[in-house]
Amino acid sequence: METKKTSLYQLHQDNNAKFVEFAGYQMPIQYSDGIVEEHKFTRNHSGIFDVSHMGQLFIQGSEDLVNDLEKIFPLDLKKLKLNHSKYSFLMTNDAGIYDDLIITKIENGFLIILNAACKKSDFEILSKLLNNKYQMILDDKRSLIAIQGPKSVEILNNLIKGVEDLNFMTGNWFLFNDKKVYITRSGYTGEDGFEISVENETADKFTRKLIEKGAKLIGLGARDTLRLEAGLCLYGHELDKDKTPIEANLKWAISKERISKGDFIGSDIIIKQLNDGVQRVRVGIKPEGRIIAREKTKIFNQSNSHIGEITSGTFGPSVNGPVAMGYVENEFSKKDTRVFLEVRGKKHPANICGLPFYKKNYVKGAN
Amino acid sequence: MSEVKYSKEHEWIKLEGDTATIGITKHATEMLGDIVFTELPEKGSNVEKDGTAGVVESTKAASDVYTPVGGEVVDTNQAIVDDPSKINQDPENTAWFFKLKIKDKSELDSLMNKDEYDKFAKESSS
Repeated sequence: METKKTSLYQLHQDNNAKFVEFAGYQMPIQYSDGIVEEHKFTRNHSGIFDVSHMGQLFIQGSEDLVNDLEKIFPLDLKKLKLNHSKYSFLMTNDAGIYDDLIITKIENGFLIILNAACKKSDFEILSKLLNNKYQMILDDKRSLIAIQGPKSVEILNNLIKGVEDLNFMTGNWFLFNDKKVYITRSGYTGEDGFEISVENETADKFTRKLIEKGAKLIGLGARDTLRLEAGLCLYGHELDKDKTPIEANLKWAISKERISKGDFIGSDIIIKQLNDGVQRVRVGIKPEGRIIAREKTKIFNQSNSHIGEITSGTFGPSVNGPVAMGYVENEFSKKDTRVFLEVRGKKHPANICGLPFYKKNYVKGAN
Repeated sequence: MSEVKYSKEHEWIKLEGDTATIGITKHATEMLGDIVFTELPEKGSNVEKDGTAGVVESTKAASDVYTPVGGEVVDTNQAIVDDPSKINQDPENTAWFFKLKIKDKSELDSLMNKDEYDKFAKESSS
Protein backbone atom coordinates (compact mmCIF):
# COMPACT_ATOMS: atom_id res chain seq x y z
CA MET A 1 0.00 0.00 0.00
CA GLU A 2 1.28 3.42 -0.91
CA THR A 3 2.04 5.84 1.89
CA LYS A 4 -0.42 8.71 2.03
CA LYS A 5 0.45 12.37 2.25
CA THR A 6 -1.52 15.05 4.05
CA SER A 7 -2.50 18.37 2.46
CA LEU A 8 0.38 20.00 4.33
CA TYR A 9 3.08 17.75 2.84
CA GLN A 10 4.55 20.52 0.68
CA LEU A 11 4.56 22.91 3.65
CA HIS A 12 6.38 20.31 5.77
CA GLN A 13 8.97 19.91 3.01
CA ASP A 14 9.37 23.69 2.71
CA ASN A 15 10.17 23.70 6.43
CA ASN A 16 12.83 20.94 6.17
CA ALA A 17 10.78 18.30 7.92
CA LYS A 18 12.25 14.87 8.61
CA PHE A 19 9.54 12.40 7.72
CA VAL A 20 8.52 9.06 9.23
CA GLU A 21 5.80 6.69 8.21
CA PHE A 22 3.05 6.69 10.81
CA ALA A 23 -0.21 4.74 10.43
CA GLY A 24 0.25 4.70 6.64
CA TYR A 25 1.02 8.41 6.33
CA GLN A 26 4.22 10.32 5.65
CA MET A 27 4.32 12.52 8.75
CA PRO A 28 6.87 15.07 10.01
CA ILE A 29 8.74 13.75 13.06
CA GLN A 30 10.65 17.03 13.49
CA TYR A 31 11.80 20.15 11.64
CA SER A 32 15.21 21.86 11.68
CA ASP A 33 14.89 23.20 15.26
CA GLY A 34 14.71 19.68 16.70
CA ILE A 35 12.39 18.02 19.20
CA VAL A 36 13.59 19.81 22.36
CA GLU A 37 13.30 23.32 20.87
CA GLU A 38 9.94 22.48 19.27
CA HIS A 39 8.67 21.19 22.61
CA LYS A 40 9.75 24.33 24.45
CA PHE A 41 8.36 26.62 21.75
CA THR A 42 4.94 24.99 22.18
CA ARG A 43 5.07 25.42 25.97
CA ASN A 44 6.19 29.07 25.76
CA HIS A 45 4.65 30.29 22.55
CA SER A 46 2.52 28.48 19.97
CA GLY A 47 3.04 25.26 18.02
CA ILE A 48 1.15 23.98 14.96
CA PHE A 49 0.59 20.25 14.54
CA ASP A 50 -0.61 18.53 11.39
CA VAL A 51 -2.91 15.81 12.72
CA SER A 52 -4.75 15.27 9.44
CA HIS A 53 -3.96 11.56 9.63
CA MET A 54 -6.49 11.25 12.45
CA GLY A 55 -10.03 10.17 11.62
CA GLN A 56 -12.88 12.69 11.45
CA LEU A 57 -16.04 10.65 11.60
CA PHE A 58 -19.33 12.47 11.07
CA ILE A 59 -22.43 10.50 12.10
CA GLN A 60 -25.84 11.94 11.24
CA GLY A 61 -29.12 10.88 12.75
CA SER A 62 -32.03 11.78 15.00
CA GLU A 63 -32.98 10.71 18.50
CA ASP A 64 -32.43 7.01 17.75
CA LEU A 65 -28.80 7.78 17.10
CA VAL A 66 -28.25 9.16 20.61
CA ASN A 67 -29.87 6.07 22.12
CA ASP A 68 -27.81 3.74 19.95
CA LEU A 69 -24.56 5.57 20.70
CA GLU A 70 -25.26 5.40 24.43
CA LYS A 71 -25.24 1.62 24.09
CA ILE A 72 -21.66 1.95 22.82
CA PHE A 73 -20.08 4.85 24.72
CA PRO A 74 -20.16 5.24 28.54
CA LEU A 75 -21.32 8.85 28.32
CA ASP A 76 -24.49 10.88 28.98
CA LEU A 77 -24.83 11.75 25.31
CA LYS A 78 -28.45 12.82 25.76
CA LYS A 79 -27.25 15.56 28.07
CA LEU A 80 -24.30 16.56 25.93
CA LYS A 81 -24.99 20.11 24.78
CA LEU A 82 -24.57 21.26 21.19
CA ASN A 83 -20.86 21.88 20.42
CA HIS A 84 -19.66 20.27 23.65
CA SER A 85 -17.03 17.52 23.57
CA LYS A 86 -16.20 14.51 25.75
CA TYR A 87 -13.26 12.12 25.90
CA SER A 88 -14.32 8.47 25.61
CA PHE A 89 -13.46 5.00 24.27
CA LEU A 90 -14.71 2.39 21.89
CA MET A 91 -14.60 -0.83 23.91
CA THR A 92 -14.70 -4.58 23.39
CA ASN A 93 -17.31 -6.67 25.22
CA ASP A 94 -14.63 -7.22 27.90
CA ALA A 95 -14.05 -3.46 28.25
CA GLY A 96 -10.74 -3.63 26.40
CA ILE A 97 -10.03 -0.44 24.47
CA TYR A 98 -10.33 -0.54 20.66
CA ASP A 99 -9.59 3.18 20.55
CA ASP A 100 -9.79 6.36 22.59
CA LEU A 101 -11.57 9.31 21.02
CA ILE A 102 -13.18 12.73 21.38
CA ILE A 103 -16.90 12.93 20.60
CA THR A 104 -18.55 16.29 19.94
CA LYS A 105 -22.28 17.00 19.60
CA ILE A 106 -22.91 18.85 16.35
CA GLU A 107 -26.16 19.73 14.58
CA ASN A 108 -27.98 16.55 13.48
CA GLY A 109 -25.36 14.24 14.91
CA PHE A 110 -21.87 13.80 16.26
CA LEU A 111 -18.28 14.33 15.19
CA ILE A 112 -15.84 11.72 16.50
CA ILE A 113 -12.06 12.20 16.28
CA LEU A 114 -10.29 8.83 16.03
CA ASN A 115 -6.69 7.66 16.12
CA ALA A 116 -5.10 7.31 12.68
CA ALA A 117 -4.07 3.68 13.14
CA CYS A 118 -7.56 2.67 14.35
CA LYS A 119 -9.89 4.77 12.22
CA LYS A 120 -10.69 2.17 9.57
CA SER A 121 -11.40 -0.63 12.02
CA ASP A 122 -13.34 1.78 14.28
CA PHE A 123 -15.50 2.68 11.30
CA GLU A 124 -16.23 -1.00 10.61
CA ILE A 125 -16.96 -1.77 14.26
CA LEU A 126 -19.27 1.23 14.60
CA SER A 127 -21.07 0.49 11.30
CA LYS A 128 -21.79 -3.00 12.51
CA LEU A 129 -22.89 -1.89 15.99
CA LEU A 130 -25.20 0.73 14.46
CA ASN A 131 -26.52 -1.74 11.82
CA ASN A 132 -25.70 0.79 9.06
CA LYS A 133 -28.77 2.74 10.15
CA TYR A 134 -27.11 6.15 9.98
CA GLN A 135 -25.09 8.17 7.55
CA MET A 136 -21.45 7.77 8.57
CA ILE A 137 -18.66 9.64 6.80
CA LEU A 138 -15.01 9.12 7.63
CA ASP A 139 -14.15 12.42 6.03
CA ASP A 140 -10.85 12.45 4.14
CA LYS A 141 -11.72 15.73 2.42
CA ARG A 142 -10.95 17.63 5.59
CA SER A 143 -7.59 18.21 7.27
CA LEU A 144 -7.11 18.58 11.02
CA ILE A 145 -4.70 21.19 12.33
CA ALA A 146 -3.93 21.72 16.03
CA ILE A 147 -2.49 24.91 17.46
CA GLN A 148 -1.21 24.61 21.03
CA GLY A 149 0.49 26.79 23.59
CA PRO A 150 -0.14 30.04 25.50
CA LYS A 151 0.01 32.38 22.45
CA SER A 152 -2.34 30.23 20.35
CA VAL A 153 -5.54 31.99 21.39
CA GLU A 154 -4.18 35.37 20.33
CA ILE A 155 -2.77 34.05 17.05
CA LEU A 156 -5.90 32.14 16.03
CA ASN A 157 -8.25 34.91 17.15
CA ASN A 158 -6.30 37.26 14.92
CA LEU A 159 -7.32 35.13 11.93
CA ILE A 160 -10.74 34.01 13.09
CA LYS A 161 -12.57 36.39 15.39
CA GLY A 162 -14.47 34.82 18.26
CA VAL A 163 -12.43 31.69 18.96
CA GLU A 164 -11.23 33.30 22.19
CA ASP A 165 -14.77 32.91 23.57
CA LEU A 166 -14.75 29.11 23.28
CA ASN A 167 -14.50 27.23 26.57
CA PHE A 168 -12.28 24.20 27.00
CA MET A 169 -13.85 21.10 25.36
CA THR A 170 -16.37 23.10 23.34
CA GLY A 171 -16.41 24.01 19.66
CA ASN A 172 -18.26 25.78 16.87
CA TRP A 173 -18.32 26.52 13.16
CA PHE A 174 -16.38 29.58 12.06
CA LEU A 175 -15.40 31.09 8.73
CA PHE A 176 -11.90 31.35 7.30
CA ASN A 177 -11.76 33.01 3.85
CA ASP A 178 -15.49 32.23 3.47
CA LYS A 179 -14.83 28.52 4.09
CA LYS A 180 -16.52 26.76 7.00
CA VAL A 181 -14.11 25.45 9.61
CA TYR A 182 -15.03 23.57 12.78
CA ILE A 183 -12.91 24.61 15.74
CA THR A 184 -12.75 23.02 19.18
CA ARG A 185 -10.77 24.27 22.17
CA SER A 186 -8.85 21.11 22.99
CA GLY A 187 -5.55 19.41 22.43
CA TYR A 188 -2.97 16.86 23.42
CA THR A 189 -0.10 18.82 24.92
CA GLY A 190 -1.25 20.03 28.34
CA GLU A 191 -1.48 23.54 26.93
CA ASP A 192 -4.37 25.79 25.96
CA GLY A 193 -5.13 25.37 22.29
CA PHE A 194 -7.46 24.51 19.44
CA GLU A 195 -8.08 21.87 16.82
CA ILE A 196 -9.31 23.11 13.47
CA SER A 197 -11.09 20.94 10.93
CA VAL A 198 -10.62 22.58 7.56
CA GLU A 199 -11.18 21.52 3.93
CA ASN A 200 -8.05 20.05 2.34
CA GLU A 201 -7.86 22.80 -0.32
CA THR A 202 -7.71 25.47 2.38
CA ALA A 203 -5.43 23.71 4.89
CA ASP A 204 -2.12 24.88 3.42
CA LYS A 205 -3.20 28.51 3.14
CA PHE A 206 -4.67 28.50 6.64
CA THR A 207 -1.53 27.00 8.19
CA ARG A 208 0.77 29.44 6.36
CA LYS A 209 -1.31 32.26 7.89
CA LEU A 210 -0.75 30.84 11.38
CA ILE A 211 2.99 30.76 10.68
CA GLU A 212 2.86 34.38 9.45
CA LYS A 213 1.31 35.33 12.78
CA GLY A 214 4.19 33.75 14.73
CA ALA A 215 3.28 30.09 15.31
CA LYS A 216 5.74 27.35 14.27
CA LEU A 217 5.30 23.88 12.85
CA ILE A 218 5.96 21.13 15.43
CA GLY A 219 6.57 17.46 14.60
CA LEU A 220 5.25 14.21 16.03
CA GLY A 221 8.42 13.84 18.13
CA ALA A 222 7.62 16.86 20.28
CA ARG A 223 3.93 15.96 20.25
CA ASP A 224 4.94 12.75 22.04
CA THR A 225 7.17 14.44 24.67
CA LEU A 226 4.47 17.08 25.27
CA ARG A 227 1.65 14.57 25.78
CA LEU A 228 3.81 12.39 28.01
CA GLU A 229 4.70 15.33 30.28
CA ALA A 230 0.97 16.12 30.38
CA GLY A 231 0.27 12.52 31.50
CA LEU A 232 -1.93 11.79 28.47
CA CYS A 233 -2.34 8.27 27.08
CA LEU A 234 -1.20 7.22 23.61
CA TYR A 235 -3.11 4.45 21.91
CA GLY A 236 -0.97 1.35 21.28
CA HIS A 237 1.15 2.20 24.31
CA GLU A 238 -0.89 3.03 27.43
CA LEU A 239 -4.10 1.80 25.81
CA ASP A 240 -5.01 -1.30 23.79
CA LYS A 241 -7.51 -4.14 23.57
CA ASP A 242 -5.98 -5.88 26.62
CA LYS A 243 -6.41 -2.89 28.95
CA THR A 244 -9.60 -1.41 30.37
CA PRO A 245 -10.36 2.25 31.17
CA ILE A 246 -10.34 1.36 34.87
CA GLU A 247 -6.86 -0.16 34.64
CA ALA A 248 -5.79 2.86 32.59
CA ASN A 249 -6.92 5.09 35.48
CA LEU A 250 -9.44 6.83 33.24
CA LYS A 251 -12.62 6.23 35.25
CA TRP A 252 -13.15 10.02 35.38
CA ALA A 253 -14.14 9.74 31.71
CA ILE A 254 -16.98 7.31 32.44
CA SER A 255 -20.35 8.75 33.43
CA LYS A 256 -21.38 7.78 36.96
CA GLU A 257 -25.01 7.76 35.93
CA ARG A 258 -24.31 5.35 33.11
CA ILE A 259 -22.40 3.05 35.45
CA SER A 260 -25.39 2.82 37.76
CA LYS A 261 -27.55 1.66 34.84
CA GLY A 262 -24.81 -0.48 33.28
CA ASP A 263 -26.25 -0.76 29.80
CA PHE A 264 -23.28 -0.14 27.51
CA ILE A 265 -20.73 -2.40 25.85
CA GLY A 266 -18.20 -3.56 28.44
CA SER A 267 -20.26 -2.29 31.39
CA ASP A 268 -20.23 -5.69 33.19
CA ILE A 269 -16.45 -5.65 33.43
CA ILE A 270 -16.27 -1.92 34.22
CA ILE A 271 -18.71 -2.34 37.12
CA LYS A 272 -16.93 -5.45 38.38
CA GLN A 273 -13.55 -3.70 38.31
CA LEU A 274 -14.94 -0.62 40.06
CA ASN A 275 -16.33 -2.83 42.82
CA ASP A 276 -13.54 -5.39 43.19
CA GLY A 277 -10.55 -3.30 42.15
CA VAL A 278 -8.00 -4.16 39.44
CA GLN A 279 -4.78 -6.18 39.41
CA ARG A 280 -2.71 -3.53 37.64
CA VAL A 281 -3.07 0.16 37.07
CA ARG A 282 -1.47 2.93 35.00
CA VAL A 283 0.87 5.22 36.95
CA GLY A 284 3.42 7.96 36.40
CA ILE A 285 7.04 6.95 37.03
CA LYS A 286 9.94 9.32 37.67
CA PRO A 287 13.46 7.84 37.49
CA GLU A 288 15.74 9.19 40.25
CA GLY A 289 18.69 9.85 37.94
CA ARG A 290 18.89 10.79 34.29
CA ILE A 291 18.34 7.27 32.94
CA ILE A 292 15.55 6.99 30.37
CA ALA A 293 13.32 3.93 30.74
CA ARG A 294 11.57 3.29 27.45
CA GLU A 295 8.55 1.24 26.45
CA LYS A 296 8.74 -2.44 27.59
CA THR A 297 11.26 -1.68 30.37
CA LYS A 298 10.57 -4.08 33.25
CA ILE A 299 9.61 -2.66 36.65
CA PHE A 300 10.66 -4.40 39.89
CA ASN A 301 9.77 -3.82 43.55
CA GLN A 302 12.25 -3.49 46.45
CA SER A 303 12.37 -7.27 46.87
CA ASN A 304 13.23 -7.76 43.19
CA SER A 305 9.87 -9.13 42.03
CA HIS A 306 8.71 -8.17 38.56
CA ILE A 307 5.65 -5.92 39.13
CA GLY A 308 5.05 -4.22 35.80
CA GLU A 309 6.21 -2.60 32.60
CA ILE A 310 6.82 0.86 31.16
CA THR A 311 4.45 1.80 28.29
CA SER A 312 6.05 5.16 27.33
CA GLY A 313 9.27 6.76 28.49
CA THR A 314 11.36 9.65 27.28
CA PHE A 315 13.20 12.78 28.33
CA GLY A 316 10.81 15.59 29.23
CA PRO A 317 12.30 18.89 28.05
CA SER A 318 10.12 21.06 30.35
CA VAL A 319 10.61 18.77 33.35
CA ASN A 320 14.31 18.66 32.36
CA GLY A 321 14.55 15.00 33.23
CA PRO A 322 13.29 11.57 32.33
CA VAL A 323 9.57 10.79 32.60
CA ALA A 324 7.60 7.59 32.05
CA MET A 325 4.20 5.96 32.36
CA GLY A 326 3.50 2.30 32.84
CA TYR A 327 1.41 -0.35 34.50
CA VAL A 328 2.25 -1.79 37.93
CA GLU A 329 0.51 -4.23 40.24
CA ASN A 330 -2.09 -2.32 42.21
CA GLU A 331 -0.38 -2.66 45.61
CA PHE A 332 2.69 -0.81 44.25
CA SER A 333 0.76 2.00 42.61
CA LYS A 334 0.76 4.45 45.53
CA LYS A 335 2.55 7.74 45.06
CA ASP A 336 6.18 7.74 46.26
CA THR A 337 6.50 3.93 46.13
CA ARG A 338 10.11 3.16 45.25
CA VAL A 339 10.55 0.85 42.27
CA PHE A 340 13.43 -0.26 40.06
CA LEU A 341 13.68 -0.07 36.29
CA GLU A 342 15.82 -2.55 34.39
CA VAL A 343 17.69 -0.67 31.66
CA ARG A 344 20.49 -2.44 29.74
CA GLY A 345 20.77 -5.11 32.43
CA LYS A 346 21.06 -2.74 35.41
CA LYS A 347 18.33 -1.78 37.87
CA HIS A 348 17.82 1.93 38.42
CA PRO A 349 15.70 3.46 41.22
CA ALA A 350 12.53 5.39 40.38
CA ASN A 351 9.39 6.55 42.16
CA ILE A 352 5.70 6.21 41.40
CA CYS A 353 4.37 9.73 41.00
CA GLY A 354 1.19 11.65 40.30
CA LEU A 355 0.30 12.84 36.81
CA PRO A 356 0.79 15.14 35.00
CA PHE A 357 4.55 15.69 35.19
CA TYR A 358 3.95 19.16 33.84
CA LYS A 359 1.08 21.25 35.19
CA LYS A 360 -1.77 21.89 32.79
CA ASN A 361 -2.52 25.33 31.53
CA TYR A 362 -6.03 24.81 30.17
CA VAL A 363 -8.57 27.60 30.13
CA LYS A 364 -11.51 27.26 32.47
CA GLY A 365 -14.74 26.06 31.04
CA ALA A 366 -16.93 23.06 30.47
CA ASN A 367 -16.00 19.69 32.00
CA MET B 1 49.30 16.52 16.30
CA SER B 2 48.00 13.33 14.88
CA GLU B 3 45.47 12.88 12.14
CA VAL B 4 41.84 12.29 13.15
CA LYS B 5 40.39 9.00 11.91
CA TYR B 6 36.77 7.91 11.57
CA SER B 7 34.79 4.67 11.91
CA LYS B 8 31.77 3.36 10.03
CA GLU B 9 29.82 3.62 13.30
CA HIS B 10 30.38 7.40 13.16
CA GLU B 11 33.02 7.74 15.87
CA TRP B 12 36.13 9.92 15.54
CA ILE B 13 39.46 9.04 17.12
CA LYS B 14 42.51 11.21 17.69
CA LEU B 15 45.80 9.65 18.69
CA GLU B 16 48.42 11.44 20.82
CA GLY B 17 51.28 9.15 21.86
CA ASP B 18 49.51 5.95 22.87
CA THR B 19 46.43 7.78 24.18
CA ALA B 20 43.38 8.00 21.93
CA THR B 21 40.49 10.44 22.42
CA ILE B 22 37.16 9.19 21.05
CA GLY B 23 33.86 10.89 20.36
CA ILE B 24 30.97 10.82 17.90
CA THR B 25 30.88 12.80 14.66
CA LYS B 26 28.80 15.86 13.83
CA HIS B 27 27.06 13.74 11.21
CA ALA B 28 26.10 11.25 13.96
CA THR B 29 24.62 14.01 16.13
CA GLU B 30 22.60 15.28 13.16
CA MET B 31 21.14 11.82 12.64
CA LEU B 32 20.40 11.35 16.35
CA GLY B 33 18.79 14.74 17.00
CA ASP B 34 18.85 16.30 20.48
CA ILE B 35 20.93 14.15 22.81
CA VAL B 36 19.41 14.03 26.30
CA PHE B 37 21.30 11.20 28.00
CA THR B 38 24.84 9.78 27.89
CA GLU B 39 26.42 6.75 29.50
CA LEU B 40 30.21 6.31 29.38
CA PRO B 41 32.48 3.34 30.13
CA GLU B 42 34.02 3.11 33.59
CA LYS B 43 37.50 4.45 34.13
CA GLY B 44 39.94 1.56 34.43
CA SER B 45 37.77 -0.82 32.39
CA ASN B 46 38.99 -2.49 29.22
CA VAL B 47 37.15 -2.20 25.94
CA GLU B 48 37.55 -4.27 22.78
CA LYS B 49 37.73 -2.91 19.24
CA ASP B 50 34.17 -2.50 17.86
CA GLY B 51 32.69 -3.31 21.28
CA THR B 52 30.03 -1.23 23.05
CA ALA B 53 31.57 1.58 25.07
CA GLY B 54 28.64 3.81 25.96
CA VAL B 55 25.16 4.92 25.06
CA VAL B 56 23.64 8.11 23.73
CA GLU B 57 19.92 8.74 23.81
CA SER B 58 17.77 11.26 22.00
CA THR B 59 14.16 11.93 23.00
CA LYS B 60 13.20 9.19 20.52
CA ALA B 61 15.70 6.34 20.95
CA ALA B 62 18.84 4.90 22.54
CA SER B 63 21.94 4.17 20.44
CA ASP B 64 25.11 2.32 21.40
CA VAL B 65 28.47 4.00 21.10
CA TYR B 66 31.21 1.68 19.83
CA THR B 67 34.92 2.06 20.29
CA PRO B 68 36.90 1.92 17.04
CA VAL B 69 39.98 0.55 18.88
CA GLY B 70 40.58 -1.52 22.02
CA GLY B 71 42.34 -0.47 25.22
CA GLU B 72 42.04 0.68 28.80
CA VAL B 73 39.72 3.60 29.62
CA VAL B 74 41.93 6.23 31.28
CA ASP B 75 39.53 9.18 31.31
CA THR B 76 35.86 10.02 30.63
CA ASN B 77 34.17 13.35 29.97
CA GLN B 78 31.83 14.02 32.91
CA ALA B 79 30.72 17.33 31.34
CA ILE B 80 28.69 15.52 28.64
CA VAL B 81 27.06 13.27 31.25
CA ASP B 82 25.98 16.33 33.26
CA ASP B 83 24.81 18.21 30.17
CA PRO B 84 24.34 15.92 27.15
CA SER B 85 23.27 18.85 24.94
CA LYS B 86 26.99 19.76 24.76
CA ILE B 87 27.38 16.81 22.37
CA ASN B 88 25.09 18.48 19.82
CA GLN B 89 26.93 21.78 20.25
CA ASP B 90 30.56 20.68 19.87
CA PRO B 91 30.74 16.96 19.06
CA GLU B 92 34.18 16.80 17.47
CA ASN B 93 36.05 18.87 20.05
CA THR B 94 35.09 19.62 23.69
CA ALA B 95 32.34 16.97 23.78
CA TRP B 96 34.72 14.01 23.52
CA PHE B 97 33.50 10.79 25.19
CA PHE B 98 36.48 8.88 26.61
CA LYS B 99 40.25 8.41 26.37
CA LEU B 100 41.92 5.06 25.87
CA LYS B 101 45.43 3.80 26.43
CA ILE B 102 45.49 1.76 23.27
CA LYS B 103 46.88 -1.74 22.97
CA ASP B 104 47.49 -2.12 19.27
CA LYS B 105 48.03 0.87 17.01
CA SER B 106 47.48 -1.26 13.92
CA GLU B 107 43.77 -1.31 14.81
CA LEU B 108 43.66 2.24 13.45
CA ASP B 109 44.75 1.14 9.99
CA SER B 110 41.29 0.05 8.88
CA LEU B 111 39.71 3.40 9.81
CA MET B 112 38.86 6.19 7.38
CA ASN B 113 40.47 9.60 6.97
CA LYS B 114 38.33 12.77 6.84
CA ASP B 115 37.69 12.72 3.09
CA GLU B 116 36.81 9.04 3.10
CA TYR B 117 34.47 9.51 6.06
CA ASP B 118 32.71 12.55 4.59
CA LYS B 119 32.04 10.54 1.43
CA PHE B 120 30.86 7.55 3.50
CA ALA B 121 28.57 9.71 5.65
CA LYS B 122 27.05 11.37 2.60
CA GLU B 123 26.36 8.00 0.96
CA SER B 124 25.00 6.34 4.09
CA SER B 125 22.50 9.13 4.74
CA SER B 126 21.11 9.33 1.20
